[in-house]
Amino acid sequence: MLLDPRAPRFAAAVTTVVLAAALITGAVPVLLAQAAVFALAAVNPSLGPYSLVWRVLVAPRLDPPSELEPAAPVRFAQLVGLVFTLLAIVGQLTGASVPALAATGAALAAAFLNVAFDLCLGCETYLALRRVTGRPVTARVPVGS
Amino acid sequence: MTGVVVVVAVLMAATAVGVWRRRRDGRLRAAPAAATGRPALDTLGVRPGEVTLVQFSAPVCAPCRATRRVLEQVTGDVPGVRLLEVDAERHLDAVRALDVWRTPTVLLVDGAGRVVRRAAGVPTRDELTAALRPLLARAGR
Repeated sequence: MLLDPRAPRFAAAVTTVVLAAALITGAVPVLLAQAAVFALAAVNPSLGPYSLVWRVLVAPRLDPPSELEPAAPVRFAQLVGLVFTLLAIVGQLTGASVPALAATGAALAAAFLNVAFDLCLGCETYLALRRVTGRPVTARVPVGS
Repeated sequence: MTGVVVVVAVLMAATAVGVWRRRRDGRLRAAPAAATGRPALDTLGVRPGEVTLVQFSAPVCAPCRATRRVLEQVTGDVPGVRLLEVDAERHLDAVRALDVWRTPTVLLVDGAGRVVRRAAGVPTRDELTAALRPLLARAGR
């Protein structure tokens, strides 16, 4: 599946505003709504509510994209956003306000870097994560060889 | 009030990170002496005697496509350079041995199988071409 790269960036812009609002108001429903948006977009980025807004209201007024990008990185980034938002919700509901602020702040930083610098933090850390967690195949040597 | 402070602090910190990253991203660096690992390069399919550009990519990596395009332009500009794109996830041993932490990472390997330069992020065509020419001259092409 290929996407207009401007759609996820638009979605990140809306996400930045929503997460900033969540931090300022401390409202759990805002975080819940954002978590739902992340979850939908992780399944299929073009089904994400912000992407729908993009397609219906913004894209028709612009030129068609000059190139498309694969959906996999975008989906992965949404999944990372979902994990941080869920952590923030759990923190808020259990009264752990510092971890909740930290998790929301991390998600806000990632969304903002995506909008302002076209930098995908989730994609950047993917290999580092795999390096640490992935088991190297050749580390297993048959007995007696 | 705490929320406002956190928002301002996060946006300022993220801007600093973004500016710093933009300045460094894709720049060629001298490779550390430790990461010139021959066996790891062999497992990736680097052939001795050939100047090779090794690109580590991943499916979840949008800039990898842009990097691939730059490298294809460079191999067009500088004949005699071999282009090798590997899926980082399928070569985690080599990823560790060669100290690769993110995709795209590009390694410039000389004819003797040494990693001479490396770049994390999308490299520029000019910088790569300039770095490759002396390697090819040394390889006697």
